[in-house]
Amino acid sequence: MKAWMWGILPLGLMALLLFIFFSFGPLGVFQTNFPPVEELTIERAILPRANEIILHVTNGGPAPVTVAQVIVDDALWQFSMNKSETTISRLGTRRIVIPYPWVEGESHEITLLTATGLTFSHEIAVATTSPKPDWATLSTFTLLGVYAGVIPVLLGLLFYPFLRTLEKKWVNFFLCLTLGLLAFLMIDTLEEAFKTASKVAGAYQGLSLVSFGIAISWLGLSFLSNNNPTRCDKTTASGRSWIAFVIALGIGLHNLGEGLAIGSAYAIGEISLGAFLVVGFTLHNLTEGLGIVAPIAQDRPPLKHLVLYGAIAGVPTILGTWIGGFTYGPIWITLFFALGAGAIAQVLYEVSRVVSSSEGESWATRHNIGGFLSGLAIMYVTGILVVT
Amino acid sequence: MKKLTRRKILGSGAALAGTVGAQKLVKGSRVFDSPDNFGANHPHLSSVTGEVNLDEFNPSTFLYEFDYGKVSKLPDGTTFREWEIISVDKEIEIAPGVFFPAWTYNGQVPGPTLRCTEGDQLRIRFKNGGSHPHTIHFHGVHEANMDGVFEIVHPGEEFVYEFSADPMGLHLYHCHTVPLKRHIHKGLYGAFIIDPKESRPQAREMIMVMNGFDTNFDNENEIYAVNTVAFHHQKHPIDVIQNELVRIYLINLLEFDLVNSLHIHGNFFNLFRTGTKLTPDEFTDTVMMCQGERHILELRFPYTGNFMFHAHQSEFAELGWMGLFNVKEHS
Repeated sequence: MKAWMWGILPLGLMALLLFIFFSFGPLGVFQTNFPPVEELTIERAILPRANEIILHVTNGGPAPVTVAQVIVDDALWQFSMNKSETTISRLGTRRIVIPYPWVEGESHEITLLTATGLTFSHEIAVATTSPKPDWATLSTFTLLGVYAGVIPVLLGLLFYPFLRTLEKKWVNFFLCLTLGLLAFLMIDTLEEAFKTASKVAGAYQGLSLVSFGIAISWLGLSFLSNNNPTRCDKTTASGRSWIAFVIALGIGLHNLGEGLAIGSAYAIGEISLGAFLVVGFTLHNLTEGLGIVAPIAQDRPPLKHLVLYGAIAGVPTILGTWIGGFTYGPIWITLFFALGAGAIAQVLYEVSRVVSSSEGESWATRHNIGGFLSGLAIMYVTGILVVT
Repeated sequence: MKKLTRRKILGSGAALAGTVGAQKLVKGSRVFDSPDNFGANHPHLSSVTGEVNLDEFNPSTFLYEFDYGKVSKLPDGTTFREWEIISVDKEIEIAPGVFFPAWTYNGQVPGPTLRCTEGDQLRIRFKNGGSHPHTIHFHGVHEANMDGVFEIVHPGEEFVYEFSADPMGLHLYHCHTVPLKRHIHKGLYGAFIIDPKESRPQAREMIMVMNGFDTNFDNENEIYAVNTVAFHHQKHPIDVIQNELVRIYLINLLEFDLVNSLHIHGNFFNLFRTGTKLTPDEFTDTVMMCQGERHILELRFPYTGNFMFHAHQSEFAELGWMGLFNVKEHS
């Protein structure tokens, strides 16, 4: 028998086993009379206009679920579905339209009552008309993205001339400050990823999605960084320039997730976009620009590179708010946050190599530790401003 | 909805005063004149979506069903009534498409309305065809071993309850096996009417058992109703004739919620508490009742049209415990 056949054999036997299993039955052992465990996920409630609520529902459970009745605020209410079949198959989705006179600024609870009597509830925390993809909303979201992402990153880049004047130990201080803020961002991003993962319909396995997302971006960036000698060598300007680029990329992924979260929270009335919050985001993200330029402080990158890095890091915030505001899928938000976390993890590793290679001996100098803790502290303090 | 009713009363009041214009106002209001405007699709009513299969159990039929048992005479002339009741596990439809795994007497919730006259000798042969132990506990005066509490009837077993009908009034029967809440709210209950020896005045009589269903077993009711099916009498109003005497046998068998109530629109009724006296205790339009409490109501509808009746707990009303009387002129 040839070696490759050993690779095929288990698969073939598995197929045969499945054929026998489904053809001749599992001898009744696996057929029970238990009622199936039903699971419905209400992914989004939209209030397009007065007297109308639209629910987006996914069946993430193992068995079909029939939505028999809808209860709004403890009152049975008439509804219609986008398909006449009220039984939602596994992984099936429905739009449920409820002509309910919701009240601006108040909260409402919607409960789906299934044929077996199980209930699945969704709270509309603050009822307000959902944003429509018109110019006003689009420009609001765009401005939001500009304030929260683009402006702070570009302002942060303006630290560049200042960084150039510094002694090496102070450059290291700012590199470690970058490490600190990236570490903070990574934990923050992971937390967001886990938070939205819990809202993902069961069958789509939110937690696995997080680890998958982390692995994709981490390993992908590792591959790109380590299979190219010039990118590998941090003693050269092009090596450091690559680091600045991946930092921008990692921060960009993070900001995409952040934009998604802001946009969707705004769309479902969970945050009100006060001036305070927008300013908070601006300050919070200012350090991100600083982080990008810290590794290239000793070099002379062309201006267009700096602008490019700024755009990579900042513009995704705008995209995020658009996507998050007009569509909502916890799957995508989870995935983008996970991608962001993985990218930042890889960036942390890359930046730490710049610090250690430039130091020679001990990593744990006053400047380095002070810089790292300062980075954490800055993110923590400015983070207080953006509690939603 | 109440707005409509107020307008109706106003309009009718004006009509009583004899002004032709007011009569036109009433006639001109399409909503009041046509009962077809009510029901599932009325924009001012909360309601269910779809229809319940009424072939299995029709609350409109149950409303008028009184089971007098198999009647014979004892040597001393006493009327002797016999019933056979079997408990059955059965899935019932309590709102369109919503199925509840009920425990039933004779395959229905509420169980059959047993009716007799004060002093009759009664024999109820109970067979447990369900999956859990059950009993029948009758409210009334009887011997201790006929109380259906200690004589647990296991699946496949039988028990015969025998006692004389006492006192007259509106009573109930239900399973008294522990855990009580579960055995009662799953559906093991029914009405037990003992008529007075001198009968009550001729009337259109109906039985209303106020109940609820905890469909997800979290010790709170998801669905409320009178006679099991949510909003049934909103979709199928109860026809009554203007000025005829209507007698409602009203029982509260709701679990989990401490009280229930009935309010009838555009009218007042005489209330006979527990039905144990022939003179009314109260003249009112709303009555509050604890779990197991029951009363007899008598009223006449002076005006034609649709009159709502419902629990005055708005939550119960909007979760199914709401219906309509459609009062028609005598033809």
